[in-house]
Amino acid sequence: MDTYYHPPDLAKFGDIGKDAPELWKKFQEWYGAVFAEGALTEREKALIALAVSHAVQCPYCIDAYTSGSLEKGATPAQMTEAVHVAAAIRGGASLVHGVQMRNHLEQISM
Amino acid sequence: MALPTLLNSRSPLAAPAAQREILAALPLARSFEDAVAAAQTAPLTAAGVDVLQVNLGKRCNQACHHCHVDAGPDRREVMPDAIVDACLGVLARSGIQTLDITGGAPEMHPRFRDLVIKARRLGRRVIDRCNLTIATLPNYSDLPRFLAAHQVEVVASLPSYAASMTDRQRGDGVFEQSIAALREFNTFGYGVDGSGLVLNLVTNPVGAFLPASQAALERDWKRELQRQHGLVFNQLFTITNMPISRYLEWLEHSGNLAAYMGKLVQAFNPATVPGVMCRATLSVGWDGRLFDCDFNQMLDLPLAAAAPQSIVDLTNDAALQRVAARRIVTGPHCFGCTAGAGSSCGGATV
Repeated sequence: MDTYYHPPDLAKFGDIGKDAPELWKKFQEWYGAVFAEGALTEREKALIALAVSHAVQCPYCIDAYTSGSLEKGATPAQMTEAVHVAAAIRGGASLVHGVQMRNHLEQISM
Repeated sequence: MALPTLLNSRSPLAAPAAQREILAALPLARSFEDAVAAAQTAPLTAAGVDVLQVNLGKRCNQACHHCHVDAGPDRREVMPDAIVDACLGVLARSGIQTLDITGGAPEMHPRFRDLVIKARRLGRRVIDRCNLTIATLPNYSDLPRFLAAHQVEVVASLPSYAASMTDRQRGDGVFEQSIAALREFNTFGYGVDGSGLVLNLVTNPVGAFLPASQAALERDWKRELQRQHGLVFNQLFTITNMPISRYLEWLEHSGNLAAYMGKLVQAFNPATVPGVMCRATLSVGWDGRLFDCDFNQMLDLPLAAAAPQSIVDLTNDAALQRVAARRIVTGPHCFGCTAGAGSSCGGATV
């Protein structure tokens, strides 16, 4: 079945540098620096990336940071909690817009 | 309950040749030999023999999902007395300082204790690769006491401090029994500061991914085993799963084989090459045949033809020297020892 997302395409990510090699190089360097141990550990960063992957709903990123979190020593329980954080923020973000609905409701109601 | 071994379930992968065929057919980005050639000018050769790793056989009280030996309760291969004696003879005649005893569950071998006692009398460092649960069986309950009395180093398997993960890899109930065994080892001083009794743990990833940082995991393991169970140990070794035997079967069955091998190749780290364990280890099979490592042993890849082929052939200095300078036999599985931070029987290598 044809689909917009193909798992093997993740390995072709580097192809995006074909017509803009300098930009790709800069992205790679920056990306590498972002995920290096700093004020946050590599494991914490991998778990953040896993949560964000769910928030932005990127299947490539979900696969990559499921493996990545495990390879940084995260446990399935920690990974599941990270996904709940993403889900809670997405759910909360919808719900908090309800205030706007309430404001407008007040505005137009007698 | 123990799983059936590949041999007992009549899997085609029970044959080492079938495993080698599958690995050889994988379209890898480059061969291991090419990767080594890019990292250093010379092919891999041994740099002496520091460790005699003796595999006493395939009998085991467990049958773990990832076992590269295809060991289990239904296996009958055990080292004959004459080969045990030949191993002791080589230790006595050579400068090899460490005897590393593995299996299967090596403690099930009738000569295990005799081998330990005699090797210790020769002044050799002795390591027992222990699955832990063996020490909870009635016939082996005095194992920690025996090993402590002879100052044997224990390297014990515990893939995770989470019960569900350990049981998933090693079988239902294994975690609980392992914790009970560790408590017993601690009681005899194993892993306790100042006791001189070394208890190291081994973790293999529970799946198709590479191990995390050994130092980071060791901190987690120490904190959690202490917090949850009041247990102590010395070091944690991270070991990469090798695409051999039951782990190979699982990779193939679960559709992870190509991606996992691709990962190992992509993660090739040239800095690991000088310290691969085969350069300092000589592996002895249950039948006395010699190999560069336990993994080559399971793939039935014997020492290079120019070297002696059996422990009984190591009767003089010249034979020992030929072994100590042998060319290492390699294959696609060797990427398992050079990926990321490297992997060996003593954990990460860089």
